[in-house]
Amino acid sequence: MPAVEFRNITKKYGASTVLEKLNLKIDDGEFLVLLGPSGCGKTTLLNILAGLLEVDDGEIYVGEREVSNLDPKDRGLAMVFQSYALYPTKSVRGNLKFGLSARKLPSDQIKQRIAWAAKLLRIDHLLDRRPSQLSGGQRQRVAIGRCLVKQVDLFLFDEPLSNLDAKLRTEMRIEIKKLHNQLQNTVIYVTHDQVEAMTMATKIAVMNKGIIQQVGTPDEIYDFPENLFVADFVGSPSMNMLDCVIDRANDSVSAVDQCDDLVFELNDYKWRQAATNGQKVKVGFRPEHFLQLNGMQPAAKYLRLERRAQFFEKSGRDAIAFLDLPSRTIAARVDPPYADRYRHEKVIPVLLPLNKINVFDAESGQRL
Amino acid sequence: MNGSSIIGLPSVLSVGRTRRRRRIRPHQIAISIFLVMAALFFCVPIYVILVTSFKSMNEVRLGDIFALPQRWTFASWKYAWFAACSGMRCDGVSGGFFNSLFILLPSLVLSISLSMLTGYAMALWDVKWANGLLFVLFVCAVVPFQIIMYPLIKITGFFGIYGTTFGVAVVHAILALPILTLIFRNFFRSIPGELTAAAMIDSGSFWRIFFEIVLPMSGNILIVVLILQITSVWNDFIVGLTFGGHDAQPMTVILNNLALSDTGENNYSVDMAAALLTAAPPLIIYFVLGKFFVQGITAGALKG
Ligand SMILES: Nc1ncnc2c1ncn2[C@@H]1O[C@H](COP(=O)(O)OP(=O)(O)OP(=O)(O)O)[C@@H](O)[C@H]1O
Ligand SMILES: [Mg+2]
Repeated sequence: MPAVEFRNITKKYGASTVLEKLNLKIDDGEFLVLLGPSGCGKTTLLNILAGLLEVDDGEIYVGEREVSNLDPKDRGLAMVFQSYALYPTKSVRGNLKFGLSARKLPSDQIKQRIAWAAKLLRIDHLLDRRPSQLSGGQRQRVAIGRCLVKQVDLFLFDEPLSNLDAKLRTEMRIEIKKLHNQLQNTVIYVTHDQVEAMTMATKIAVMNKGIIQQVGTPDEIYDFPENLFVADFVGSPSMNMLDCVIDRANDSVSAVDQCDDLVFELNDYKWRQAATNGQKVKVGFRPEHFLQLNGMQPAAKYLRLERRAQFFEKSGRDAIAFLDLPSRTIAARVDPPYADRYRHEKVIPVLLPLNKINVFDAESGQRL
Repeated sequence: MNGSSIIGLPSVLSVGRTRRRRRIRPHQIAISIFLVMAALFFCVPIYVILVTSFKSMNEVRLGDIFALPQRWTFASWKYAWFAACSGMRCDGVSGGFFNSLFILLPSLVLSISLSMLTGYAMALWDVKWANGLLFVLFVCAVVPFQIIMYPLIKITGFFGIYGTTFGVAVVHAILALPILTLIFRNFFRSIPGELTAAAMIDSGSFWRIFFEIVLPMSGNILIVVLILQITSVWNDFIVGLTFGGHDAQPMTVILNNLALSDTGENNYSVDMAAALLTAAPPLIIYFVLGKFFVQGITAGALKG
């Protein structure tokens, strides 16, 4: 199984630079999800790896091999496109076969592979249909099948689930994940759906404006975002951010939000860089990290907030309370019964564990 | 007022159901009159030609051109096909028909295969100076034929194909190449990029992608181009006249000679029959090919 490495990739369209000096390394058997907002260059990066676009500068390695100047067909990879791009005039069988007969495989081996992939993806009863006679989910499986039969070690997926309905998407997500567990190929998977990213990835690379913002496991990305962009982009609803000033007095460090009259004690915070007294920072914490008052003392140190809830947003499993601060509102997740209990009270009490807090430099946006 | 809004349904719903009775407006009358006149402009002569071709000369001489034949006869048709004289030769338009056929077929094969391949290469592959070539093609497509007629005569003479049906076919093909190449290129450009990208990753072979992916998707455009080419080659007069020499003149030229031949009285019913025979093939092609017009050739390629 190959590792993939991008070195100093630069890609321009005319005057606009889409990717600049991009470096990214993907290990063997990794399921890497490229996550980023629309237009940030994810498809461009995949197309460059596939050889469909030429780079202006930089090299690409697949395994030991430099592939930057090879034709797409010689790069030893398979790709599922954002639109499935099935060959409309060929049957499903013909779609699966095209890539194989082009490689001059003996016909009994071709048959065997098609049967194997069709069985794995449960499309064996559809082999003689045209793509136009398939449902969206079936088309998607054919597109995956077209990659599987080639039995290459590197799969590229470009938002393959973006047009499916929620239920089918969940199903396909699990199937793709299962497939990866079974085959252990290296997969690069593009999406801007966070749930897909968090559930499928072994590693996530968050991209913005052609720059890789952070590469890490889903937990790292979620719990320790490297910068404000990642903190804000990952998670829904997104992280609460408060403007604070560092206050160093004697041995203790804290971040003070003056307008909202909040003090975050940061003595146990794991600093990357020590903050100086008076430094402007942003303090971020996720809505999901709030605890509710239930008579038990939480293990970690916490900050108790008792604020008026402006409104609640209930979505079955969760309720998000939007709490009034003088300068803004912050979101806090609570259980729906808890929300109902406090719906008509003046304030709702919640606890914020201080070990879940993230601190960013206000200017550079980097994690401190 | 319509009924549904009285009982209080939202007006959005009522739009599709009850439609106000349309009153005919003055401008609609004007348009109708114009359309009827335009239709008559074409239909009346066709009617006259048709009935005349089935009349005997005696009946024609009566001069009542709108009357139906009293006795229907195929004699003029037979005569026009087998025996009418054009110049010195008296074998009807049949010789011209086969000449036209032998001009049409090679010219179709040549022009369509060449322009399709060029268009395919220009649209989907990296061709050096493709944009420059495109511009040249565009210029070629608008250069009037008369300007290059004389050099072309010399060139065909040099290759020894002047005055042969094949020579005429080659000239037709050359003249059609620029515009057909542009048409094909633009059509292939409209194929979704991801589809060709998938083919590049799967196979990467120029011919394989052409024959297995692109060609099967080109049904629509092929029909359009076929109709265009068949009509223009079959109806052509000047190319056939200039390059046909003595033996390779197409049906249109023969028809012209036949109608203008000044020996004796003008036999109108034969002329009409010959004209109809000459015009028939493109018409038949319209009806036959029109059937194969399949819509939505890319259906199912993309997310639906
Ligand atoms: N052919 C092109 N010419 C000029 N600019 C382009 C071209 N293709 C893409 N771009 C630009 O490059 C940027 C990156 O595009 P890309 O398709 O990689 O985005 P993406 O991350 O895949 O977005 P999405 O999530 O919407 O698919 C965009 O800003 C886009 O406008
Ligand atoms: Mg994209």
